[in-house]
Amino acid sequence: MLELRLYLAQRISAAIMAPLVLLHLGVMIYAIQGGLSAEEILARTRGSLLWGGVYGLFVLAVALHAAIGLRNIMSEWWSLRGPLLNAFSWIIGFGLLIMGWRAVAAVVGA
Amino acid sequence: MHDSTSIQVRVWRGDAAGGDFADYEVPQQPSQTVLDVVTWIQRHADATLSYRFACRVGMCGSCAMMVNGVPRWTCRTHVNKVAQDNRLTLEPLRNLPVIKDLACDMTVFFDKWKAAEGHFSGSLTRDRPVAAISPRDRLRRAANAAIECINCAICYAACDVVSWQADYLGPAALNRAWSLQNDIRDTNRAARLQAVSANGGCMHCHSQQGCASYCPNELNPTASIAGLKRQAAGSFLKKKYPEHYA
Repeated sequence: MLELRLYLAQRISAAIMAPLVLLHLGVMIYAIQGGLSAEEILARTRGSLLWGGVYGLFVLAVALHAAIGLRNIMSEWWSLRGPLLNAFSWIIGFGLLIMGWRAVAAVVGA
Repeated sequence: MHDSTSIQVRVWRGDAAGGDFADYEVPQQPSQTVLDVVTWIQRHADATLSYRFACRVGMCGSCAMMVNGVPRWTCRTHVNKVAQDNRLTLEPLRNLPVIKDLACDMTVFFDKWKAAEGHFSGSLTRDRPVAAISPRDRLRRAANAAIECINCAICYAACDVVSWQADYLGPAALNRAWSLQNDIRDTNRAARLQAVSANGGCMHCHSQQGCASYCPNELNPTASIAGLKRQAAGSFLKKKYPEHYA
């Protein structure tokens, strides 16, 4: 049932990403109207649980979605199977998760 | 040089160890099918040419091969619809091992039918009355939509996922499984759903629709596979098997 679980995880992560991307674009377009400096952005995001949660969740969904998608591509194009395929998937997933959460921490952290 | 009354035909000749194309010039006839061309070559040019056919009327699914790079049923394919500059290139079906020339080994194709639980399992004996099923019933209409498969393996040859993933069950076996999942007389739906959602099952389909594009009976295996995905996902999330909500 691994394939079924991965299939569902990829669809659910896509369903999480879609509204968050729209929120990200919407807020960006709205907030930048009168001009906005990096300092002003950071002043709004630092210490914000809301933005930390939004982007933290987005990064989690991206890491899941991309790792499963690349896993399928590696399996189909390079015929990777078994432990090697699992290792690649975990490296990609964890890699994206750590890089993404570091970026979120930099924007939200004090 | 050829004239307009003949067709230049390149035919792949060889076996599992390898092969190459051979060229033949075949006289053109009115209403000539690609199968007529292959038969002419075997009878008049080279009797050692191997190919497969049976009914010649699009029912048996035996004569499929690659025609100018596209999988087709050759008995129902007219030369004048597919020849390019009076030229035809004929190869054995893609994604299947070659036995000899244009005949490929269908064993793996039918093994995958079995692996997808593609057989009907009933509970009634011949002494019981025939099950009354309305043709307008939603499930019956879904079963009917997928039922006219002749096992020609054209969809299997057209599928890129099959070419990438050797253990993928493929569109024909999954389409068959979907028609049985919608047959309320069938008693094996829980096991079949498990079989088609295991590794190599319906989740691998990319919905590219090569199968639906080339199916000579205009079936849509992609839609059948989407149905299986929905049923498998729903069943997994609800922790129920189809018997419980059919």
